[in-house]
Amino acid sequence: MNVKTPSRLEKVLAAGQLAVTSECGPPRGSDPEVIINKANLIKDYVDAVNITDNQTSVTRMCSLAACIRLKQMGLDPVLQMVTRDRNRIALQSDILGAASFDISNILCLSGDHQSFGDNPQGQNVHDLDSIQLIQTVRLMRDEGKFLGGDDIKRPPQMFVGAAANPFADPFEIRVSRLAKKVKAGAEFIQTQCIYNLDKFEEWMKGVRERGLHEKVYILAGMTPMKSAGMAKYMKNRVPGMDVPDEVVKRLAGTPKEKQAEEGVKMCIEDILRLKEVEGVAGFHIMAIEWEQIVPEIVKEAGLYPRPDAA
Amino acid sequence: MIVADRKPVEEIIEQIKDHDNILILGCNECVTVCEAGGKKEVGVLASALRMHAMKAGRDVKIDEVTLERQCDHEYLEEIRDRIDQYDAVVSLACGVGVQFMAEKYHDMPIYPGVNTTFLGATEKRGLWTERCQACGSCILARTGGICPVARCAKRLLNGPCGGSSKGSCEINREVDCAWQLIIDRLKALGKLDEYEEICPIKDWSTDRAGGPRKVVREDVQL
Amino acid sequence: MRLNYPTDIRIVRVPCTGKVDLLHLLRAFEKGADGVYVVGCMEGDCHFNSGNLRARKRVEQAQAILDTIGIGSQRVQMYNLSSGEGPLFAQYATEMHTRILELGPNPIRAGRREAA
Repeated sequence: MNVKTPSRLEKVLAAGQLAVTSECGPPRGSDPEVIINKANLIKDYVDAVNITDNQTSVTRMCSLAACIRLKQMGLDPVLQMVTRDRNRIALQSDILGAASFDISNILCLSGDHQSFGDNPQGQNVHDLDSIQLIQTVRLMRDEGKFLGGDDIKRPPQMFVGAAANPFADPFEIRVSRLAKKVKAGAEFIQTQCIYNLDKFEEWMKGVRERGLHEKVYILAGMTPMKSAGMAKYMKNRVPGMDVPDEVVKRLAGTPKEKQAEEGVKMCIEDILRLKEVEGVAGFHIMAIEWEQIVPEIVKEAGLYPRPDAA
Repeated sequence: MIVADRKPVEEIIEQIKDHDNILILGCNECVTVCEAGGKKEVGVLASALRMHAMKAGRDVKIDEVTLERQCDHEYLEEIRDRIDQYDAVVSLACGVGVQFMAEKYHDMPIYPGVNTTFLGATEKRGLWTERCQACGSCILARTGGICPVARCAKRLLNGPCGGSSKGSCEINREVDCAWQLIIDRLKALGKLDEYEEICPIKDWSTDRAGGPRKVVREDVQL
Repeated sequence: MRLNYPTDIRIVRVPCTGKVDLLHLLRAFEKGADGVYVVGCMEGDCHFNSGNLRARKRVEQAQAILDTIGIGSQRVQMYNLSSGEGPLFAQYATEMHTRILELGPNPIRAGRREAA
């Protein structure tokens, strides 16, 4: 596949290497050191770093500003952008702003509902949805046009990503939904955290049957469990999350002080298994507020050193 | 129909506290069906307000009238000859009726007696649910007759999101995932293949985004 | 069976407690009643299936309104008994009578005197 953007992530993927991405949540304050410190923990172990956009609808430093910080450190940030908080004017404007700093990856999302966050009384926008945002970025990049039809001077050069949740319902359309995102122009996919590997492999089989793995790079989402409590919470409380009983049992059967270690071990085992699945183009490691563990996972999973794709 | 819910009596008491001659004005249409502002609710509210005033030792006159509709000139005209007896009106019509009253009786204070909530249906007695947001450009033909604008919490035109779980919306297990319903319907219609057509970016200018809307029909105007 | 019950209770006969409307309950208070109670058949034994259940809902609605306007929900009450339970009827009457005596007169009567 040809490389269409200056994205380091795209280069790694196009070269046929397993890519590794991770993510950093911006702080609930204006201290830039928070994001810089998190990035420093992982920068040598990943190809690109996602910056979440007010995840779970909790107000934080904006994704764009945090991405600029990473860019200035020489990293390849992935700008996460949700359609919850901005209309089409703001979305296009922020895309141009990011492009002005040569941020070259974007992940198009609809975003968690605001009722989960710190402003449940707020409006949501959803002028576009995630699929339409993918179309918008591709229009801006490939045609050099705004949604309104006017030309863009110096169009954004962005590698366009989307999320996929193979575990949400209804399962029967989960491959179709991926096909829809590919049709809209998604070039890479980061999946929901995978704990039910059998179900993920079943989904991947459907993906391969339609040849979608040849049209889009699929990065498998991995989140190490820190404790049995976290596993139970994710199983019971997080919508669209599929945590099998064995995962909870294995952690619960481990002494409390060893559970984090066990969680990391499980994460590494899972990556080793999924590396063999045809169509898995890399891994997106989301160590939630636990960035310091990413190097160990990357090394132990045989994904280190990262290729020099600069 | 337009679904409304009763405003707390305390709120209405506060609104009318400076008035002594009050008309409680009901509406025989939607708000009657949803048991928020028909003749019956007018009677109950009026009785409660009268007792509240009596208890406070105040001599307040509270009358009850229920019109056929409050969103049409001809019915609102029915109270023209008696409106001057009052120094305030509490309208139990939807927000449309309240405003139409306010426009017609320009110097009469009008207070809303209900909260207008949505366009919906009576699922069963005591349960009304939303179906339509009057976006002004109906897409039900492509979504199996189920509206994601009104029924998806993120109004996704290309759903479902990753939060759809066992038929429920991520915001609340009591809320159906609109896209699960759409997919079930498309399947029943043998049209599941249409799911993969991308719904284009919507023109929201026919929604509230375009400012106050009007329908002009010169073909029926005299 | 000659049972005694308080004499200042006025009985309003209805074909079924399902006939008792929220408005009837409120109007009684508006006219100055100190308390109102509805005596229906046992739940599940309604000849019209759900008349007494409707009555209970309406009593609850009346309670909520009376609380809101400061008259007090204790002044209105639903009771259920079967037709053979004369002693229980008398017991409920006494119980309600005692409660109302403790609560005192309907506060709107005092208000009305003040206004007059």
